[in-house]
Amino acid sequence: MSLNASERMLRRAAREIRAGMTVNLGIGLPTKVLAYVPHDLPVCLHSENGIAGVGPVLDRAYANRNLIDAGGAYVSAIDGTSYFDSAVSFAMVRGGRIDLTLLGAFEVSGGGDLASWIIPGKFTPGAGGAIELAQKARRVAVVTTHVDKAGRPKIVDKCALPLTARGHVARIFTDMAVIDIVPEGPRLIELAEGISIAEVEAATGTRLLVADTPLPTF
Amino acid sequence: MPLPDKTCGMEEAISRIVDGATVMVGGFGVPGTPFSLIRELVRQGQKDLVIVKNDANEVGMGVDWLLANGQVRKLIASHIGLNGNAVSMMNSGKIEVEFVPQGLLAERIRAAGAGLLGVVSDIVLDAPSASGKTTVMVDGMRGILEPAIRADFALVHAERSDRFGNLCFAASARNFNPLVCMAARHTIVEAETILPVGAIAPETVHTPGPFVDAVVAIPELLGVYGVVER
Repeated sequence: MSLNASERMLRRAAREIRAGMTVNLGIGLPTKVLAYVPHDLPVCLHSENGIAGVGPVLDRAYANRNLIDAGGAYVSAIDGTSYFDSAVSFAMVRGGRIDLTLLGAFEVSGGGDLASWIIPGKFTPGAGGAIELAQKARRVAVVTTHVDKAGRPKIVDKCALPLTARGHVARIFTDMAVIDIVPEGPRLIELAEGISIAEVEAATGTRLLVADTPLPTF
Repeated sequence: MPLPDKTCGMEEAISRIVDGATVMVGGFGVPGTPFSLIRELVRQGQKDLVIVKNDANEVGMGVDWLLANGQVRKLIASHIGLNGNAVSMMNSGKIEVEFVPQGLLAERIRAAGAGLLGVVSDIVLDAPSASGKTTVMVDGMRGILEPAIRADFALVHAERSDRFGNLCFAASARNFNPLVCMAARHTIVEAETILPVGAIAPETVHTPGPFVDAVVAIPELLGVYGVVER
C-alpha cells in the first residue's frame, strides 16, 4: 500500500466522524484517522481507560505521567474533559453512549462479522475492550488494508478466526474501497482513485454487490 | 466522634497477605499501578498468588516483578500484550491466564464490591473459556450470567488519601482502582500524599473511606511511576 493510498483511506474514514458524536478509536490505523479530522469539529473522544474528551497527544517532555489513553499514548485534557473508573467507562460503551467506533481487523465477513482480537497460537494478548466496543457501539466501522501482508483478502465470506463481534460492522474503509454491509450482503459504494471495480473484486474474498451507476471515488 | 486512622506501615500492611491469596491490583498501564506495594510484596515473597489486574504492566515493571519472582499461579486480565514475558509464561504453561473482556472484568469486580453474586450481560466472548457459562432469560432476552470476581486483598494507588482512607485519583490513574477497593476483603492503599482527616472536601472524594482498610505512605516516588520512554 503506497503512502498515498493509506492517506486517502484515513482521510475518507475521517469523514465518518461527524459533529456531535462521541467516538472511540481503536489502536493502530483507526487512531491515525484523527490526523484528518478538522480541529474545530465538535466531537467527544472516549478512551476505555476512563476519559471522555481526550485531548491531543503530547511530546514526552510535556507528558502527564497519569494521563494516557488506552493505547498508552500520553494525551492531554481539553476544556470539558472528564475522568472516570473503568466500570463507568464501559457503562458508556454498553449503555449505547458511543456513537461510533472505528476498529482494525484481521478479517471482516460480508455479513459484518469482525475478527480482530486473537490468532490462536500466534497472537494472544487478550481482547482488552475491543469485544464490548465492537458489540455495543451504536455504529461500528472498520479501517483496514484491503489485503493482508501476504496479499490475502481480509474481507471474506466467513471469518476463520474467533470473532470479536458477530454482524455488527456497518462499513469498511480500505485502501481500495468503501464497502457497506447491508442486509443483502457487502455493497461496494466507493472506490479509491485509480482503482477499478475488477481490482477490488479480485482482492476481496467474498462476492460484492455493485451498483450499475458509476461509483464515487475518494 | 473523629474518624478512625487507618495509616499503616508498608511492611505490616503487606505482611497480612498470605500464600495462595487472590490479590486485585489497580492500574491501567503505569497510571494507577501501586508499584511500591507490589515491590514490598516481591520483597516478602508470598507465593502461589492469583493476581487480578487489567494488564500485566510491561517487562521490568509492577506485575512483571511478581511474575519474574515466580509468585504468580494465575493471572486474570483483559490484555497482556505489552508484557512479552507474561505472554511467554502463559504459552509455556508457567502461569495460567484467564482473559476477561475489559468491561466485563470491571463490572464483575464492581459487582463483587456491591455485594452481588454476579451480573447478566449479553456480551459474547468467542473463546473456549466462555463455553459452559449459565444463560438466563431476562424480559425475553438471553443473557449470560457472569459471576462476580472477588479478592482477599486489593492493592491500590491513590494520588491523595486522608488518614481515614478517603481517596482521590489523578487523571486516568483512576481506572480499576475504585473498583478493586470495593471488591476485596482487605484493601491496602498506597498514597502519594497522606492528608489529615478533613483536608479532602467531601464532594471531591472519589472512593469513600469505608472501602479502605490500610493507608500506606510511599517513601519515595520510584522512577517506574514516571513517563515511560519507548
